[in-house]
Amino acid sequence: MLVFREWLNEYTDVTIDSDQFCERMVMSGSNIETADRYGEGIKNIVVGKILNLEKHPDADKLLVCMLDVGQDEPVQIVTGATNVFVGAFVPVILHGGRLPNGQIIKKGKLRGVESFGMLCSAKELGYEDKVIPTAHKDGIWILDRDYTLGQDIVEALELAGEVVDFEITPNRPDCLSMIGMARETAATFKGSLRYPDSNCKKEKGQAQDYIDVQINKPELCNRYVARVITDVKIGPSPWWLQKRLMYAGMRPINNMVDITNYVMLEYGQPLHAFDIQNIKGNKIIVDTAKDGEVFITLDGTERKLFEGMLLIKDQERPVAIAGVMGGLNSEIQQDTTTIIIESANFNGDSIRTTSKKLGLRTEASSRFEKGIDSNLAEVAADRVCRLAELLEAGTVVGGRVDSYPIQREVKPVAVRANRVNQVLGTNIPQSEMEDIFTRLEMKVDSKDGIMLVSPPTIRQDLELEVDFIEEAARMFGYDQMPVTIPKGNNQSQKSEALILRDMTREALVGMGASEIQTYSFVSPKGLDQIKIAEDSQMRDGIRLINPLGEENSMMRTSLLPNMLEVLERNFSRNIPAVKAFEIGNIFLNIEGELGLPIEKEGLCIACYGEEQSFFTLKGMVDEMLFKVGIRDLQYVSEMSLETYHPGRCAKIYYQEKELGIIGELHPDVSEQYNIDTRVYCCTLDFQKVVELADRERHYVPLPKYPAMSRDIALLVDEEIKVADIEAIIKYKASPLLESVVLFDVYRGKQIPQSQKSVAFSLTYRAIDRTLTDEEVVEVHDRVLLELKEKLNAALREI
Amino acid sequence: MQTQLSEILREAKEQLKQAKTDRETEELRVKLLGKKGQLTGILRSMGSLGPEERKALGKAANSVRAEIEELLEEKFAALKEKQKELRFKVERIDVTEPGRQIPLGSKHPITVTIEEISRVFMSMGYSIAEGPEVETVYFNFDALNAGPNHPSRDLSDTFYITDDILLRTQTSPVQARTLLKQAPPIKIISPGRCFRCDTPDATHSPMFHQVEGLLVDEGVSMSDLKGTLDYFAKQLFGSDLQTKFRPHFFPFTEPSAEMDVSCFKCKGKGCRVCKGSGWIEILGCGMVHPNVLAVGGIDTERYTGFAFGMGVERIAMLKYGIDDIRLFYENDMRFIGQFK
Repeated sequence: MLVFREWLNEYTDVTIDSDQFCERMVMSGSNIETADRYGEGIKNIVVGKILNLEKHPDADKLLVCMLDVGQDEPVQIVTGATNVFVGAFVPVILHGGRLPNGQIIKKGKLRGVESFGMLCSAKELGYEDKVIPTAHKDGIWILDRDYTLGQDIVEALELAGEVVDFEITPNRPDCLSMIGMARETAATFKGSLRYPDSNCKKEKGQAQDYIDVQINKPELCNRYVARVITDVKIGPSPWWLQKRLMYAGMRPINNMVDITNYVMLEYGQPLHAFDIQNIKGNKIIVDTAKDGEVFITLDGTERKLFEGMLLIKDQERPVAIAGVMGGLNSEIQQDTTTIIIESANFNGDSIRTTSKKLGLRTEASSRFEKGIDSNLAEVAADRVCRLAELLEAGTVVGGRVDSYPIQREVKPVAVRANRVNQVLGTNIPQSEMEDIFTRLEMKVDSKDGIMLVSPPTIRQDLELEVDFIEEAARMFGYDQMPVTIPKGNNQSQKSEALILRDMTREALVGMGASEIQTYSFVSPKGLDQIKIAEDSQMRDGIRLINPLGEENSMMRTSLLPNMLEVLERNFSRNIPAVKAFEIGNIFLNIEGELGLPIEKEGLCIACYGEEQSFFTLKGMVDEMLFKVGIRDLQYVSEMSLETYHPGRCAKIYYQEKELGIIGELHPDVSEQYNIDTRVYCCTLDFQKVVELADRERHYVPLPKYPAMSRDIALLVDEEIKVADIEAIIKYKASPLLESVVLFDVYRGKQIPQSQKSVAFSLTYRAIDRTLTDEEVVEVHDRVLLELKEKLNAALREI
Repeated sequence: MQTQLSEILREAKEQLKQAKTDRETEELRVKLLGKKGQLTGILRSMGSLGPEERKALGKAANSVRAEIEELLEEKFAALKEKQKELRFKVERIDVTEPGRQIPLGSKHPITVTIEEISRVFMSMGYSIAEGPEVETVYFNFDALNAGPNHPSRDLSDTFYITDDILLRTQTSPVQARTLLKQAPPIKIISPGRCFRCDTPDATHSPMFHQVEGLLVDEGVSMSDLKGTLDYFAKQLFGSDLQTKFRPHFFPFTEPSAEMDVSCFKCKGKGCRVCKGSGWIEILGCGMVHPNVLAVGGIDTERYTGFAFGMGVERIAMLKYGIDDIRLFYENDMRFIGQFK
């Protein structure tokens, strides 16, 4: 909401300087986006009158102007403008002058002809295109009347002024008006509020003789006020009014349109003017549209209407879409003589729906949407008439046709002074609260510490006691409230999942992996890229109705595609090695609580780089899970997943439960992501990790007796798995076996093809005695025998 | 024989001086004190002497032996010292050569920021609660007193799954969920992901993080809210910082406020970070609206509460001087690595 302070002062007297004005308005609840000044930085721009115009001798598109700028001699200026004429008053920047943007204009020659300055457009004087009157939008600013020649333009047009742009929150549509802001200003600075004059001095005839109003849908149109103006003379509005519109961000059009816009800005009440000639049967009927009805709005667009849209009709046809836009068929023309001023109150929800369905949002519709006080209709219509009279734009017809089927009433609200202080933690005296409410034009009736407060009807946001507590708070000043710490003592708690998430992060970061965060919504194509089977459950993702694009249209069912995109990005940026992980939700298309999909936390770890291998990643996964008490995992070779290298992929199990998958990425998948190196990834069901984790730790006494080590190298067939050998060793050597550690796998010359040598170090120990050689030999031989029998493993010399 | 002894000692002294290595010294020891050594020879030849003479000579020989032993010991020690000196000289390294790193990874800056925020509130006794990313319209809007026509409900603002299910636009639904589940006193914060229909650019991201806070108890006032958030801001950004509470509007709180902090870059003088104002907007907050408390069936006369919510990206960007929100989701390792 742009507020021109000079205009604001029509209604209240607050002349405080800009900084203080802004600061105190912000603190009382009117937040400020920007505060701008017009007419600043201008130097040596004066009023000039065009005395003579001649064609430039050497340039078709240039004119040589002789101007009277109040000096002894006329000034010669060359211009390219096409809207200038002899006798026009224009702004002229003279040699050495400065435009508001800081540009200095100097005399010079244009195609050989001397030019001692420049004629200015409104844009050059600092106005935005959208507020410049159409007449001189693309040319030199033709001033509206005669001014003293040579007078400084800022003085002549009184351009100087401050415009403050207030951020109006959705609960305060009343502030979308000059009077609304004046009310806030007056309350903030303890000033008084003056309403504009809306009483016409001379009226002729009776409005009832011109027009009749009938509301067929009172639930959608609460009130309809019509006033009539005859002998209308359409022409430009005076500069003071044009200026106020421009500074409020609106383009001046002509006197009647400008008046309705002016009053809309003043009161916040949208208005519309019809040419009475086009109202068939001199009757306005407020009714709804039928499905498929077609109507041309005054912007010339043919619009298909829907059932239920509120229309303004005459006896035969619609003439406007209520509260949104008028019709081409009833628009005011240059030769219009009698007009009807519509000042109505339409239902906000209905207007919103209509505006949305039509894809047509106007200044009027956006105001109706937010809700308008129906008591404004009358005074706004009167004010339009008064301004028409003042501007001599027509003759006002007496009386108004006012259909107001459902009167709006304001019920007083009980506000307890002690409750206000209790909620705020303050000690505001009741008298001060009463003063605050009164300043905001509320009526207060106090009794026994209870204030019965009736807000003005324009304040539709005040219904509950707490609404008034807020009013008291903001006018008292948030900065005046004490700063205290809540009493009461709570112990903070963290869920097991959160603790484990933290532990996991710590572990992975400690092992050199970095955390990434990626979008929860992904492209369904990511699943193609990682070659997920067509019938996989992962394909059944949850789709957004209104995604930003295909690439963000599905809630992810796997963390892997995002992870690979991140690796791709880093690889393409020449980062030689990456170890990364993400902990995040995946979303299953299974209805859970409240009909919401199941969200499951997942963990994805991936890496590439010279030192990485399947086993470095596996080691990292083991260590990380070890930290959360998940130990002795089973890795079962998995060859059926197209995402992974078929010979380098495993499912990870713990206590017979599948935890996830680890593997080297299939070269075709790496290629999809343009990663020209081996990539290793692991995805884990983090929810399961949380379920299975065990953070309890128990002390095991340190050994008191020495251990005995035996190293063995076994020659086995290639397909024999290390895990199988280990299982046999553990089974046969227990309970004396303390540990078995693989320390070498060898394939090569000394070994028959399709065989490998695997070497383990076995450590034996008893907790209660020193083992004898014989004991160990006995167990050890048993192990070797079993390995021979079960796996045909031959002992190899080392 | 006495002269012989003196001669041995003299020679021993002379030779020990000459000896350069452990080995030479050891050879000398054997030559002097060994079984076939000179001193042993003399002691052996003592048999032919009379008892008096033998006693005197024995004493002299032992004293020479002791003296030689001491000399040998000194020699060995000196040699060892010398060897060490030599070793240190040879083994000298250039300590300015780079260290061999065992690199740590880094947590994501969003995680780091959430952890820092959480730490402050946990120290004040707040528990951490979490809610789903896919949420019901009811919890995201209705239960939070957002009217049926609230503009943020539009398809242009909020991602929908169905008419009744959406991607939460704020962490505030956790407030409503907690109020339903738990009786006062309630003291929680809730960090998490949120979603809004914003096309990514330097300051917008369709996904972002918030931390929500909620305190409901008897006698909680707006002054308590000010005190709590003032303490939080000072903990997070530095104790010399100031806070300012401005009136604002949120459907789920009343009175509502926005909190500004004095610019930590320019200390309030006005700079690019604070756009010249000296203040930076950090979070929204207010007293929980009675309509929201009523959702949880809480006695609004007996209990009051406050709530607050802040954008994690915004705080991280301010704290670390990050100028483009998209960096958080690009996950360039050179970016993430800066938050070790």
